[in-house]
Amino acid sequence: MLSIARSSLRPSLARSLVNARLAASIHTLPDLPYAYNALEPYICEEIMTLHHKKHHQTYVTGLNAAEESYAKAASTEEKIGLQAAIKFNGGGHINHSLFWKNLAPAAQEGGKLESGALKTAIERDFGSVEEFKKTFNTKTAGIQGSGWGWLGYNSATKKLEIVTTANQDPLITHTPIIGVDIWEHAFYIQYKNVKPDYLNAIWNVINFKEAEKRFTEVAK
Amino acid sequence: MSNTLPDLPYAYDGLEPYISKQIMELHHKKHHQTYVNALNAAEASYAKAASPKERIALQAALKFNGGGHINHSLFWKNLAPSGEKGGKGGVLSEGPLKEAIVASFGSLDNLKKEFNAATLGIQGSGWGWLGLNPSTKRLEIATTANQDPLLTLVPLIGVDIWEHAFYLQYLNVKADYLNAIWSVINFDEAQIRLVEGSKL
Repeated sequence: MLSIARSSLRPSLARSLVNARLAASIHTLPDLPYAYNALEPYICEEIMTLHHKKHHQTYVTGLNAAEESYAKAASTEEKIGLQAAIKFNGGGHINHSLFWKNLAPAAQEGGKLESGALKTAIERDFGSVEEFKKTFNTKTAGIQGSGWGWLGYNSATKKLEIVTTANQDPLITHTPIIGVDIWEHAFYIQYKNVKPDYLNAIWNVINFKEAEKRFTEVAK
Repeated sequence: MSNTLPDLPYAYDGLEPYISKQIMELHHKKHHQTYVNALNAAEASYAKAASPKERIALQAALKFNGGGHINHSLFWKNLAPSGEKGGKGGVLSEGPLKEAIVASFGSLDNLKKEFNAATLGIQGSGWGWLGLNPSTKRLEIATTANQDPLLTLVPLIGVDIWEHAFYLQYLNVKADYLNAIWSVINFDEAQIRLVEGSKL
């Protein structure tokens, strides 16, 4: 009886495996590692709630839709036609997922850069932690439009470098160590047009422990 | 030959309830003013630049701040207080603009639909435009990224879709902002631009 059950199960199981392979992978919105108000007073609860539940969720939804269309695309032309949607929504999902994790409440590890591999590398490549923050903020504030500021690791030169990406372009030339969202939705409700105030404040909630983890992963 | 911030043609609360006073004040007095200041600085540097390399290095600053100044200057003028407030905002009278809209889009409603869809589709910061194609003499919808000015068409109506243009009032719901703004679009100004542009 078991063998009959097994053979009657096999065709539908095989079918569902094929369907699973054809179906787009379902991306989901990752939970924040902290409460919506946990980054106050540096990033307010209203921003965190909108940013996570609306903006990031929209990228996840958009990515799933784009990938589903891509799986069904019958020609190269169609696939290329979908690239912008995949890059924009996929980048948005990647970037924001990294972002939530490289933030932490100031009451916990937020803002604290302890002595260690990352601090040493920052001092080596930028002179000092203060100089690094200053340069990072200047470059990020200088983005002409929407985008992201990054501390990234250049595997070729074995150096930490500050780079920016436009819109939701993911950082692919370097390994992302710290990302900061400079789209207006990331700060406008609280800081209005005063980007430098946002950029100065956010250092209080940067999760340097997570950043160091990313760094030691790649720099080993 | 310094660029200056043009005055708004109406009070800061003149576009309420469609665009809030708070947004208009920040948008005009802070954002646009910043483009004007930076444009003047970039032009001053450009005048002193001693080589093509230096001039090329300044192109981004000129484009961004110059575009920001051009775009916002056009924007304030193609907005007007709504009919409820005694203004001409939102009213498309009979005339060449209405004819051109019907010829190119079938109806004003259809223009709004297509314009909003195109503008919503911008992946980042930018502008939605209704423009006149000087070759075909037809109206077209276009978008520009960041502060790139519209160069391929004669600008008739521009709508700022940078988040600073709507976020304080509409939050992430861009579609609501784009539906609302049509009540304060100055179609008379757009028609003036059409008539002028048709002479080119």
